[in-house]
Order: sequence, then C-alpha cells, then structure tokens
Amino acid sequence: MQRVTTPINQLEATALKVREHIIKMSTDGGCFVGASLSAADLIVYLYTDFLNINPSNLNDPDRDYLFLSKGHDVPALYGTFAELGLLAKDRLKNHLSLNDHIYWHPNTHIPGIEFHSGSLGHLPSVAIGVAMDIKIRGGKNKVICIMGDGELNEGTCWEAALVANAYKLDNLIFVIDRNQFQANMPTEELIPLEPLHDKFTAFGAAVKRIDGHSFEALHEAFSAYPFETGKLNVVIADTVRGKGLPSIERRADRWFCNFNADEVESLLKELHGEHLTNLTSETLVVR
Amino acid sequence: MTYEELLTQTALADDRFIVMTAENRALVRNIPGKLGKRFIDTGITEQTMIGAAAGLALRGRIPVVHALASFLTMRAFEFVRTDAGIPNLPIKLSSFIPGFLSDGNGPTHQAVEDISLMRGIPNMTVFAPADEQDLVMMLPEIWKHPHPSYVRINTRKTDHQHSPFKLGKAEIVSKGEDVTILTYGLLFEQALIAVEILKNEGLSVGLINLRSLKPVDEQAILEATRESALTITLEDHFVTGGLYSIVAEVLLKHCQTAKVIPMALKDKWFKPSLLPNVLEHEGFTGKQIAEKILGYNTNAYQPEISIPQFSE
Repeated sequence: MQRVTTPINQLEATALKVREHIIKMSTDGGCFVGASLSAADLIVYLYTDFLNINPSNLNDPDRDYLFLSKGHDVPALYGTFAELGLLAKDRLKNHLSLNDHIYWHPNTHIPGIEFHSGSLGHLPSVAIGVAMDIKIRGGKNKVICIMGDGELNEGTCWEAALVANAYKLDNLIFVIDRNQFQANMPTEELIPLEPLHDKFTAFGAAVKRIDGHSFEALHEAFSAYPFETGKLNVVIADTVRGKGLPSIERRADRWFCNFNADEVESLLKELHGEHLTNLTSETLVVR
Repeated sequence: MTYEELLTQTALADDRFIVMTAENRALVRNIPGKLGKRFIDTGITEQTMIGAAAGLALRGRIPVVHALASFLTMRAFEFVRTDAGIPNLPIKLSSFIPGFLSDGNGPTHQAVEDISLMRGIPNMTVFAPADEQDLVMMLPEIWKHPHPSYVRINTRKTDHQHSPFKLGKAEIVSKGEDVTILTYGLLFEQALIAVEILKNEGLSVGLINLRSLKPVDEQAILEATRESALTITLEDHFVTGGLYSIVAEVLLKHCQTAKVIPMALKDKWFKPSLLPNVLEHEGFTGKQIAEKILGYNTNAYQPEISIPQFSE
C-alpha cells in the first residue's frame, strides 16, 4: 500500500481538466452537471493520491475499491478515468451514444467501475460486503463508498452504518459529498440532515468533516486512515453544487443540465475565470 | 389539460386528496404552493412514503403518490403490497418515466417489469395511457375508484382523439382481419405509424389501446384474436408478465387458441440512450414494427420521434 503525495498544483490541474470534460458532456442530451462538479475534487484526489487503483491492477483482488453510490455524478468519474489513463479520452464524446456505455449512471461495461448505481442507497451495503470479505481474508485493501447527501434520505444508508459498526469495518470509508442540495432544493429545507457529524458518530463511526474542495484538507483527512481501530470511517466533505461555474453554483434549478453548444463554449471560458455565462437553455429539466 | 392541472383541480375540489412525492417533482412542480399542507414531499424515501400514504388513507385520505417507476414499484414493492394491497387502501401510484421513457438513465431506472409486479398484487388496479389526452381522460375514474391503483404516467402527445375511458375497457381504434396490434402506453404512438404502413401495403389492420391492464378487457382480447389471422402484443416491458402473458392467460381461461406474436423486451434491459435512439436500436419504431409484421422492408416514412422534455 503505497502512499504518495501528489503536488497540489498537479491535483488542481487534473481537476480543472475533469471539469472541462464534465462541461463538454452537458450537451446533446445533457447530464447531472451540478452533482458532478461538487464531487470532482474528491474523486480526483482519491484516485490520484489515496487509492491503489491503476490501469494495470483493475482485476487484482488486492486493489482498493471505490463505489460511486450517488451515481449521477459519473461524468466526474469518467473525466478522472480519462485523465488517469483508465478510459480513452475520445470515448467521452460517446456520451449517450448507442456505440458506447457512457450514459447518465455508472455501469461495469467501463473497466474500473466496480458496480453499477443509479438507485440510491445500494452501494453502501455492497461496499460492506467487499469490506467484510477483505477482513475475512486478512487483506489490507481500502474500500470507499461515495454517497450524496440527498442519498442519505434512503434508510438503507443508515442500515449500512449500523452493520458496518457491528462488524467493525475500519477498512471502509463512507465519503459524503455534502453539497447541501438534493435534486430540487436544499437538503435542510426538505429533509434536514444536520447535525450530520453527530449522527454518524452516534452510529459508532469515526468522523472527519472537511472542505471537499481543498486538496490540503483532503490529504490531511485521508492520511489519518484508519481513523480509529474498529470503527467505520466517515468523511463528510463540504462541497458546492456546481463548483467551478459561478453561474450555476448553488442553484436549485441547475441539477440536470442540457446546455446548448454556445453555452458550453461560454462555460468552458467561465471555468477559467473569464466571465459569467448568460444561460438561456431551459432549467429544471428533470428526468 | 395537463396532468398537473388535473391533479391540482381534483385536489382543490376534494380535500381528501393528498399529493405526495419521494422528491420527484417533475409532474407536480407548482402543486406545493396550491395545496399547502396537503402536499407532502418525504424526500428520497420511497418505502416511507408508501407507509405514510397508508397511514393517511387510514384517516380517510386519498394519497396520490409520485416517484420514478422503478423505485415506486421495485424499491417500495413490499410496502405497496403490504401497506396498500393487503388493506385495499385507495393509494394512487403515479409512476414517472416507465418503460422506454427512462431513455439514457440505464438499467437501474428501467421499469420494464412494473406491469407484471403491480398486477400480481391482489386489489391493485393497473393502467397505461397511450398519451397525455388518454391519461387525463382516465385519471378521474381511477382516482374515484376505491382500490389502490398503478398508472404508468405518459404525458406525450399524439394526434389521436381518444374515446371516453371506461375502467376495465379497452379502446378499439380499428378492427382488422389480417393483423391486430394490441398495445398500451408509449408505444401506441408508434403503433399508429405501423398501422398506416401496413394498410398501405394492403392489409386489413386492427389496433387496440388496452388502457386498463387490470382489470383487463377480456372481451376485446377474445374478439380481436378470433377475428384477426395474427395478433401482435406490443409493449415496452419484459415479455414475461406483461401484455403477452395477459393475452395468454385470457385465451387459456376461455379455451381459445390464436396466433400471437410478442414484441417486447426479451430477457434483457434496453440500451440506454435518448428515446429516439432507444426505439430505433431496440426495433420499436413504427416502421420497424410494420416491417417485422410484413417480413420485408418498405420505403415507408418514419416520422421523427421527439425527445422527452420534462421541464418548465
């Protein structure tokens, strides 16, 4: 289990490229842009610096595992895969094409995807099974499950926390992309989650709450793995839905976006700090 | 009238109605402001929503509940069966993006076994409108009916003028001696195109919009299969448990045999893409349907299929 420390500027450069990929996938049918942008830094950090996952060990039983349970942030994962050599970059152009398997939710036709998702609250339990087997076999691999904060509405997430505690799965990390929104509105206005740290602590987990867009904070938190012997690890990553594009950041009506070609061009410039984009495409496209 | 307008009007006129959703608001976006406390969003908790709907129904309410079809029928299945089915409560399920309408989402969101699951629950009634007009025509009767119901929501538009809805009755659009297409839901739109092509090729063609899948119009099925040399069951559903199974059950019950060919998904989920691509890839455009029946290709025109838009 090697632990490398990637320079911050390199992580930032990769994350910027991943965000470009996400924006380019948000047209011709669209995708879940806001949730992808909130998770982008997390995903880039984990694959680049923390996880033992690379193109040559995808079938190695001693590799680390990452389960993307929220699912609709898969453009961030595919963008990361493309940057790290797990997926050919030109395949990102096949978004929603019949000739590939790149659509709105993850699926195992793409090497590196451990399990399909889209139905919320499934992968915490699948991750438990993998973590249990690693424990039984005495393995050292780490298992991560990324969940959305809205996803925590589903009762199965909390069943999984109970079971992970019962089986002392300290090789398992639940990472919560705490972007404060569920599909249509802020989480605290619909089904309040706070105090989230205390909730997970009460379920027996060792919890860290960090800025999910700070590579320093991500590095500091994950370097402390396992947080406490015998306890489920939970990282609550405070993030911003739409991070990187001020014109859609924290906007309830910019969840699933299908931008037109001009908007994509403009958003790519906005990502590089040039200007704000005047968005005219329809809002609240919900599928 | 749209689904949302009808639901708003119905609920404003009758305060037994409660509109619920498991954070799927595409169909009910303006309702919170109009219904106030009689709009309940339980968040992404399909099972809890159905349980709560049962509690509300125990107190005399008629909950109309919303979620994506796959999560409403599968994630919450046991709650629907146990909390709505066993006590026979008037819980009205409105399922969003059933069948091919989940287009690019992938298998997690594909409800292509929902008819099979829902019709297997005692007391449950099952409906699948051909388009928005059909939907709005059928809902008043369904919501008035004292049993739990499952409706495959379909808000697409066609040019067809539907005849009035009667619970348990099919809509017989046309009768034919050579071939009759039995269908429901989204594929009615393509069946209309297929019928035109088949007629141009000189066939006598029947078309039946089933609408009500449970209770089902046995008479319509028996007559169509008797009077037509060939019957096609056309559905965006697995071949198991859907319309093909319903037709088989009806024929067997009445000791009748017929040549029936299913056009349905055969034991695999469909390839995710935008709806027009999905229909083409899976062989369900009107032209493809007609050519499969004919056994040869034609120069017929396939009208463009619109991409679903759920927006405001």
